[in-house]
Parts: sequence; structure tokens; C-alpha cells
Amino acid sequence: MKMYDSYFSRRQISRLMLILCGCAAGIVIIVLVLILGYTLVNGISYLSLDFITQPSKPVGEVGGGMRDDIYGTFILVGLASVIALPIGLMAGIFLAEFAGPKAAAAIRFAADILAGVPSIIVGVFAYALLVRPMHSYSALSAGIALAIIMIPVVARTAEEALRLVPNSQREAAMALGISRWRMTLGVIMPGAVTGIITGIMLAVARIAGETAPLIFTALGSAFGVQGLSEPIGALPLQIYRYALSPYSDWQKQAWAAAFVLVILVLGINIVVRLVSSRKKI
Amino acid sequence: MDKCRAGTSPPAGISHKKAPSRSRLGDVVFSRLTLIFGLLIVAILVGLLIVLNIDAWPAIQKFGIAFLTSIEWDPVNEEFGALPAIYGTLLSSLIGLLIAVPISLGSAIFLSELAPEWMRKPCSFLIEMLAAIPSVIIGLWGLYVMVPFIRNPIEIWLGSNLGFLPLFQGPPFGVGFLSAGIILAIMVIPIITAVSREVVRAVPLTQREAMLALGATRWETITMAVLPYCRSGLVGAVILGLGRALGETMAVTMVIGNAYALSPSLFSPGATIASKVASEFNEASGDLYIGSLIELALVLFAITLLVNIIARLMVWRTVSVRGTGE
Repeated sequence: MKMYDSYFSRRQISRLMLILCGCAAGIVIIVLVLILGYTLVNGISYLSLDFITQPSKPVGEVGGGMRDDIYGTFILVGLASVIALPIGLMAGIFLAEFAGPKAAAAIRFAADILAGVPSIIVGVFAYALLVRPMHSYSALSAGIALAIIMIPVVARTAEEALRLVPNSQREAAMALGISRWRMTLGVIMPGAVTGIITGIMLAVARIAGETAPLIFTALGSAFGVQGLSEPIGALPLQIYRYALSPYSDWQKQAWAAAFVLVILVLGINIVVRLVSSRKKI
Repeated sequence: MDKCRAGTSPPAGISHKKAPSRSRLGDVVFSRLTLIFGLLIVAILVGLLIVLNIDAWPAIQKFGIAFLTSIEWDPVNEEFGALPAIYGTLLSSLIGLLIAVPISLGSAIFLSELAPEWMRKPCSFLIEMLAAIPSVIIGLWGLYVMVPFIRNPIEIWLGSNLGFLPLFQGPPFGVGFLSAGIILAIMVIPIITAVSREVVRAVPLTQREAMLALGATRWETITMAVLPYCRSGLVGAVILGLGRALGETMAVTMVIGNAYALSPSLFSPGATIASKVASEFNEASGDLYIGSLIELALVLFAITLLVNIIARLMVWRTVSVRGTGE
């Protein structure tokens, strides 16, 4: 009915609503700036070389750093990648190159569902599967939990990247008479490598910041990194613990750790996106 | 098809009939190998369900269906019920969506319809960055920056001006359902915005031109020609955001206050399924206590599974409609 109002008032309504849409986008960006701004300002004010190079100190002592937790995060991410990459890549190859339509739909569906499983449930799964039978929190169980989060992401992005390789390349390779597996690994994979690496790096950035699956698998460690069957510290885990602690020194350390984690995660994201967008042009 | 017979099997997307003959052992091994890894994904999903069911079994057996309706959570007497956690999960996600949907749709419309070309990429990039910030950092910010702000001007203002509603009664704690909802909104806005931006962008240009030619303003074009055209894709985007909100753990755990009670007030501290599991799992002892927490996780799994399947079907439907429509 509004259609028959005067043109002028309709124009005004339109303009108002369009401005509101712009404001909505502005709000989102302001929130981003607030979160990053507080993290950077609060983090830098505590950050020092000691924070990155010193181990943590026991409760009550001021100072100390997060060397072991930073190291632990790298180990966990490495462990998860070692497990998830072969599985994810091979599954992606299957989806893009070998699967029939029905098998592809079923596995794709499973991968999407797995990707949508809340990460805390993956943590509970790793706990029930590994921590409980072995009667010990361990770096291994945490690595497997992170790998389960990573696998569907890697599989789906690898599939998408492989599909972007033009069919003419497959035909050209086959016309030369090479077998299909060598074609896949030697011709198709190199053609899709940028897309695959982009997907892998984004998945790495995501699991580097995951906390929920680590709470009851990695647990955290006051004794540094000891081995794969022992508890291990991680940067996001330490942020969680220190943020909820009553000690103001620990709270400041939580901000500094958040700063390091933000640099790490957003750094990967920004570099990957810049590189991949340049490649497309 | 005949040409392919000569040496190798045909390329993907054409046919999958078994072509290998004498010397193609490598191909058979390789394709079987990829199949095994593909099936491993299905196996992980099935294994997850089985293992969680086994470990939750003591609780499932003891409490039965009453687990879902009981409000008790008493580790000392081993009485466990999920209702307050389910309520908290749904309530905080609902608040999150109420805030996130208008902002996300507005941003998506801005990014796909209104923004000048040079602004689109940087703006989309920034919104994607918001999605990339780890949950625990948003929780840290929420706890130390947002919660005090929610408590002092916002909850006190709401309490004194709208305090006649049960929603806004009670002391302003800061931590509680309202804070959790706002944090969830921040976390799902990037997802809903990104998906709905793509959906809106997929609406054919003719749709807009026809409406503009009838003399509609730009806003009328958007609401009458563009949004209805991609309605189910937008609903899918929102449900996808809902699936994320229901399972979000760290940020919510840090700002919801971890109280186990059914309260109609948005100011009151509460718990979600995920926050309950995250904050108590390490202290839990005994098969029944742990089993109850794992059963909570199973309930969450069932809810998110349902939500994700619905979202997937809806997005899939728009894609296929678009595919046949043009």
C-alpha cells in the first residue's frame, strides 16, 4: 500500500533505510576495531621479550612468560596438521576426482556435518576416546581433537580447488598416456596448489585459536613441553585460565597472550588472503 | 567414451565405469586409497556418535527422558538434569540472532547493493577478519570491556525504564544471558553476513531492473524484488548462524556467569550446554557425573545436527532453484 504514498515520502523512507544499512556495516567494523584495539593496547603494554622467552611462574609470583605455551601451540598445530593433511587431502582428491555422484554426496554431507559439530563436542570425543582409556591428559589427544576439526575443512577446500583445474588439463595428461594416479598427483595437484595451501593455512589459523577442545585433552602444563603422552600447554588455553583468574598480573598476561595469538592468527589470514587474491588477478 | 578405453579411465565428471585393465594396478590402489580416506570422514562422524553414547550410557540409563526436563544439577547427590542448560542455550542463541539478523542483513545489503565498488572488498575483508578472531579472545574482551559496560549504563537503564517487564528485572550483574547473547551476535554476524551477501548477489539483475522500471525506490526494490527472490537462502544463512551460536563455547562461558537456574530475566547469570561442559568437565568425578556431562554434549550434538541439516537443505534448495531457473 505504501506504493501509493507520495513519491517524496517514499524517497525519504528509502534514503533512511539505506543509511541504516550502511550503519549496520559500520557497527560491525566498529566492533572489530574495538576488539582489536583493546587487545593491541592492553597486550603491548605488558609484552616484552621475557614474555616470549621465559617459562611461566607459579601462582603468586609476578612475571614470567608463556614460552612453553607458545611452543605447545606450535606442537599441537603441527601434530594436528600431520594427522589431518593426508586424510583431508586424500578425501578431497576422492571427492573431486574419483567419487561417483552418490558417494560424493554422502561423504560431502558427512564432511559438512563434521565441520558443523561444535568444537567442544570434538573435545569430549577425544577425551572419551583417548584420555579416559589412557588415564592421562595428553598432547596426542589434543592433536587428534584439533585434527578432527581440521579434516573436513581441508577436504572440502581441496575438493573445491581441484575442481577449478580445467578438464582440458586432465585430457591433455591422459592423451599422453600416463596413469590416472600420476596425473592426479603430478598434473592436477600442482595446478590446484595455491587453492589447497590457502585452505590449509586458513584451517591452521582456525585451530591455532581453538580452546574448547583443549580444556580436557591438553589440560595445560606447568612443567613445559614433556612429550606427546603428557599434558601440554597452549596459548589459547592459558588465555582462558589467566583471564578467569583473580590475579591482576595473570589478567595482564592474558591480554599479552591474546595479543600474540591475534598477531599469529590474523597474520596468517591476512597474508594468505593477500597472496591468493593476487594470484587470481 | 570409446576414446578413453584406449588407455585410461575417463576424467572426473564424465563417467566412473571401471576401465582399468592390465597395467592399471596403480590406479586401482590409488583410487581405493582415496576412497578409504573419504570413508574415514564418515567413520569419524559415526565413531563420535557411538563413543559419546557409550560414555553417556550410565546417565542415559539412570535418568532416561527425565534428564531433559529436570532442573536439578546436584553432583553431591548425583542428580542431573539438562533443562536449565538447554534453556540457556536456546535463550542466548535467540538473543544473539535477534541482534545479529538485522545487522547482518543490513551489512549484506550494503555490501552487495549499495557500497561503491572500492569499498566492497575492504569491508568484506574486515568482516571476515572478525570471523577469524579466536573465540577466547572475544571472550576476554567481552569479560573485561563489554560486561562492565553492559552492567553500568545498559542494564541499569533497562532496569529503571523497562523494569516492569520480567525480562529486565533483578540486579544488574553484567555477566548473564544478555551479555552472552550480545557476544554470540558478534560471533555469528560475520557468518550470516558472508552467506547472505553471496545469496543477495546471486539475484539476477533483471529482477532489480524490472522493479526500478515500475518506479520503485531503491529500498522498495530491495524489499519487494530482491529479498523475496532469495528468501530461503537468507533463512538458510540465519540457520547456519544459529548452528554456530548454539555450539559456541569459550566466549559464552566467560561472560554468561555459570549459574544453573531457570530465570526469565536476561540480567541473570546462566549456563549453556557448552559452557556447562567446558567449566565442569575437568572437575567431574564418577561415571554418572561424567556421563551426564557427556549426555549434555550429546543433546547439543543432536540440536546442532538438526539445525545444520535444515540449513544445508535450504541453501541447497536455493542453489538448485537458481540452477534450473536460469
